[in-house]
Amino acid sequence: MAKSLAELKAIRDKKLNEINLRHGKNGYRVVVGMATCGIAAGARPVMVKLMEEVDSKGLVDVTVAQTGCIGSCRLEPIVEVYDANNDKVTYVHVTPEKVTRIVEEHLAQGKVVDEYTMTVVDGKVIDPTVKG
Amino acid sequence: MKELSLHILDITQNSIRAQAKLVRLVIIESLANNELTIIIEDDGCGIPADRLQNITDPFVTTRTTRRVGLGLSLFKAAAEACGGFFEISSTPGVGTKVVGTFMRDHIDRAPLGNMADTILTMVMSFGETDLNYEHDYNNQLFVFNTREIKEILDVESLNEPDILNWIREFVQEGLEEIMEENIYGKVLSRTKSDS
Repeated sequence: MAKSLAELKAIRDKKLNEINLRHGKNGYRVVVGMATCGIAAGARPVMVKLMEEVDSKGLVDVTVAQTGCIGSCRLEPIVEVYDANNDKVTYVHVTPEKVTRIVEEHLAQGKVVDEYTMTVVDGKVIDPTVKG
Repeated sequence: MKELSLHILDITQNSIRAQAKLVRLVIIESLANNELTIIIEDDGCGIPADRLQNITDPFVTTRTTRRVGLGLSLFKAAAEACGGFFEISSTPGVGTKVVGTFMRDHIDRAPLGNMADTILTMVMSFGETDLNYEHDYNNQLFVFNTREIKEILDVESLNEPDILNWIREFVQEGLEEIMEENIYGKVLSRTKSDS
């Protein structure tokens, strides 16, 4: 096997401190809709891209996880970003390309990418941030 | 679904909802038997017998966010469209087992797809739930077990970029290895019979 378990041990020694940091309560929690609708619409490449971008930007206080069907299947892939106060911003029709900007602007600098959010739904204009 | 691996990702999410502690994924590919079998087994809360009867009916679901449940229905349809079969068995309090078999060379069989990214996404969404993945490609076996990795790293969750990158490459290379050896083996046997 080319990838060795020894390599894994090196990761453990190097990253132990960071791992503890990530579970602090100050960062963003990002969840991707991962029900049948989300997966069929392309949630997997979005999830993978989120991991890659969070890694390359070195954002140690961001966690990426999954959620079930959010109830708006036609807007999938859906990505929800929760901040430390549990306020939520919902991004819709997300693609790996959009992920790059969401990570760069929202997760790294705290600026919501308005044009990717669910600001206009069925003709109704809503605030992109939903209070937790 | 464009890839069988997306069905796998989808069905394992049921296991997470069923609060499984361990999900077992077995993929068996046999060129000799022209067969591709996918088995997903969990130790989650299980499905009561009366629900199991119509579980693959797309208009039956327990979710409240929408009125259709397509995951198992789509997987069943995919298997049956490829000369295969679908089977589900479950015992409440013990777990659930889903099996899909495909004729490997059936023209309608979707490719297995990107297993490395699928396993990566599963690990990211599994939290503390463990995955045991066995892939048998013509009797060449690849095994990936998250419990083992958690023990080595002494962590409860593998949802960390460094670990995830390692897992992605581990699965990618491991699968390439079992499939490569097979091609190599074939070439060897052909040379033998030629001479």
